[in-house]
Amino acid sequence: MSQHSSADVFVPSGTLQLGVFFQGVNSGTIWKAAESGSQTDFESFRRIAQTAERGLFAAFFLGEGLRLREHLGRPHALDVVGRPDAQTMLAALASVTTHIGLAATQNTTYNDPADLAHRLASLDLISGGRAAWNMVTTDNAWTGENFRRGGYLDHADRYVHAEAFVRTAKAIWDSWAPDAVASDGAAGDWPADGAVRRVHHEGQHYTVDYTPRLPRSPQHHPVLFQAGDSPDGRDFAARQADVIFSAHPQFDAAVAFRDDITERTLRAGRPANAVKIMPASEFILAPTSAEAAEKKAWVRELQIGPQQAIAYLEQFWGRQLDGWDANGPLPDIAPAVEETSETRGSGFHGAKAVELTAQWRQEAAEKGQTILQFVRAKAARSDASFVGSYSEVADTLADYARVGAVDGFNISPWLIPTGLDDIVNHLVPELQERGVYPTQYRGTTLRENLGLAVPERAAAGEPAVR
Amino acid sequence: MSTIDDRTSTASRAGFLAIELDGAGWNGTGFGSTEGFASLAEAVLTAESAGFHVATFADAPVAGRANALQRAAYAGPVTRTIALVPEVDTVYTEPFHVSTQLASLDYVSGGRAGWIATAAEFPETAASVGRENVSGSALAQEAAASIEVSRRLWDSWEDDAVIRDVATGRYIDADKLHYVDYETPAGFGAPYSVKGPSIIPRPLQGQPPILAPASIVGAGQVPADAVDAVLVTAPTPELLTAEIRDVRHRLGAAVAIVGELDVVLDARGQAAGERAAGPASGRARYVGSAAGLVDFLEPLLAEADGVRLHPASLAVELEELARLVLPELRRRGALRAPLQDGTFRDLLGLPRPASRYAHPSTTAAAGK
Repeated sequence: MSQHSSADVFVPSGTLQLGVFFQGVNSGTIWKAAESGSQTDFESFRRIAQTAERGLFAAFFLGEGLRLREHLGRPHALDVVGRPDAQTMLAALASVTTHIGLAATQNTTYNDPADLAHRLASLDLISGGRAAWNMVTTDNAWTGENFRRGGYLDHADRYVHAEAFVRTAKAIWDSWAPDAVASDGAAGDWPADGAVRRVHHEGQHYTVDYTPRLPRSPQHHPVLFQAGDSPDGRDFAARQADVIFSAHPQFDAAVAFRDDITERTLRAGRPANAVKIMPASEFILAPTSAEAAEKKAWVRELQIGPQQAIAYLEQFWGRQLDGWDANGPLPDIAPAVEETSETRGSGFHGAKAVELTAQWRQEAAEKGQTILQFVRAKAARSDASFVGSYSEVADTLADYARVGAVDGFNISPWLIPTGLDDIVNHLVPELQERGVYPTQYRGTTLRENLGLAVPERAAAGEPAVR
Repeated sequence: MSTIDDRTSTASRAGFLAIELDGAGWNGTGFGSTEGFASLAEAVLTAESAGFHVATFADAPVAGRANALQRAAYAGPVTRTIALVPEVDTVYTEPFHVSTQLASLDYVSGGRAGWIATAAEFPETAASVGRENVSGSALAQEAAASIEVSRRLWDSWEDDAVIRDVATGRYIDADKLHYVDYETPAGFGAPYSVKGPSIIPRPLQGQPPILAPASIVGAGQVPADAVDAVLVTAPTPELLTAEIRDVRHRLGAAVAIVGELDVVLDARGQAAGERAAGPASGRARYVGSAAGLVDFLEPLLAEADGVRLHPASLAVELEELARLVLPELRRRGALRAPLQDGTFRDLLGLPRPASRYAHPSTTAAAGK
């Protein structure tokens, strides 16, 4: 009986891990501040990654968007945009870091499983077992216009396709036996005969017939992140992922999400602690809570200015609103479309515009909010913000650790490249004093540092081939 | 006066040296460091300090070989002067990804990125991605299309597209971003289109140099003006100079010529001829002493713009090259000085081009 307890019941680790998400797009980063640096120079990435590593962060995380966000038919101009390829940047960072995990968001729709699995395995080897893959799917033909394969997925098929893709990737990473490479092996002596399995997959969207070319890394294969929040997305994560990059940082929501994921994980036949949860979050910290509140007002002002507030409404009104005063009430005109067309790249899909805009007008009027105030409240994801003095926020986080509401936080700095400095210099020591944060890296692989088990090599598979 | 003339003529005769770093691609794992280097970083730094101008990274499918573009990216932050030039396939890859990855390599290397655009027949790669095997003349068509997509995407953000204009709240000037609307030409095997713009600002070099095997460049293949340099192969060292002249005649003076040479040297008490030279590569192969190699390379570097060496054993040959070959070539004035804070384009003598989408009128208007 006791042997079951560790697998069947979620047991809090009592500690937290931190990750950093270098966003590179959208309004979270305050590019208008004088101290805001380049979004593309390597030095900005190096600075953030090395600061994170100094703070014993588990992972450095990059996103991906395969078509530029558009606004009313043109590239959206008001927010940070234009970022390097995730895996290329992470391979470069691997040479100037030693312990931090390197997580790349990569799309299952616009890649081939054999090619993507090979490149991720490559990053994993180059970094000495520190790679992670944040698995995302896209289903719109609009993004597909940048790709040979186009956009071919039904929305409902996204996770079916993603799961087949991930299973294929795992089979590719499982292909080489642990001892396929002799420790003293000269090139040409490996792989040993029979130590590599051929991977064959024939699916609705792709066909793979492949003899993988890379051995396993020190962590066997890249750690898998996933962020989808729908029931299908959660089940997908429970079956396949190691870490969920969740959207539920608030305490009660985090506890409820943990319970839900634990249940789904067990249902998927995995141990209760198999899936780590790290919500996306923003930290605005200062020596005192009053200073933090002041800083928050400053950050919000720079994140959403008057032009961005108007543009935000334009997405939903489907028309230009440039005559409207951001410091006045919401527009009392009807939206231009019955149903907003897909707002390109913003993640907003087909809300009923007339209904929504009317509801917003009412909401803003009741709260006495101007356009600017209303949009700042709507767009800032304040539920993902931790604002306060270093010790206050450390106390709050310690509560999360004790009950295991989350395994850590994936922090989006709002300032590049110095946005992690106060977190690493002040918050991390406070967390360490409370005994809820590591005082050293446990190992050199991401899997070790996240406390994840090394996956077993699947027993089955096609006949071994050379 | 005469000194300046001498320098000029020396510079025009002097060439650059590239080295293929295959075999050093699996750093940090304790795996496969069979070429005598503990890591990829050590190998590329050794090549850089030896005075090589360019490091190339093979990517043809071979067991144990990590992705070439990632290996080049890994080398970016730890090197200062050496150009980092991976092979990237054009046939079974997504041109949009390739363009973004190469632009990113340019950022992480501070403008030292290049691209050896390859298009070879690999039925196994075709099967791995569920594509029909591409062969024959269709290979060069694929390469031409992918190169054109990358070049357009690299230009799709004008240089001054990121304006960070606090007064108007605009991070970019949307007028300086452009759709590329690429479509493959009529008769293309598996037609496709690419919309753009790119998802990354223009590379630091504007257009990172593109190299390709001379065998796929020319009329009806990859147009000569689509590449900045070609790799020229001949069956023997004796035939290499003639082949270089032929290719230069065929493609014109605007395309830089890089001769390809396998190198097996007397080293560590063994004569070159006794050392395992590996299977035939199809390239000219020099087998002999370091002094003989210097004598062979000196005129070759005057004939070609550069020579790429493929060492039989990276660590063994690199040691001899660094100790005996490059210093003597430098002494003879046959090698260009490594570029401090230069780009790969600078090395090739290429100016930084304006974006094809930049209109003088809009530039002027923005400058007001």
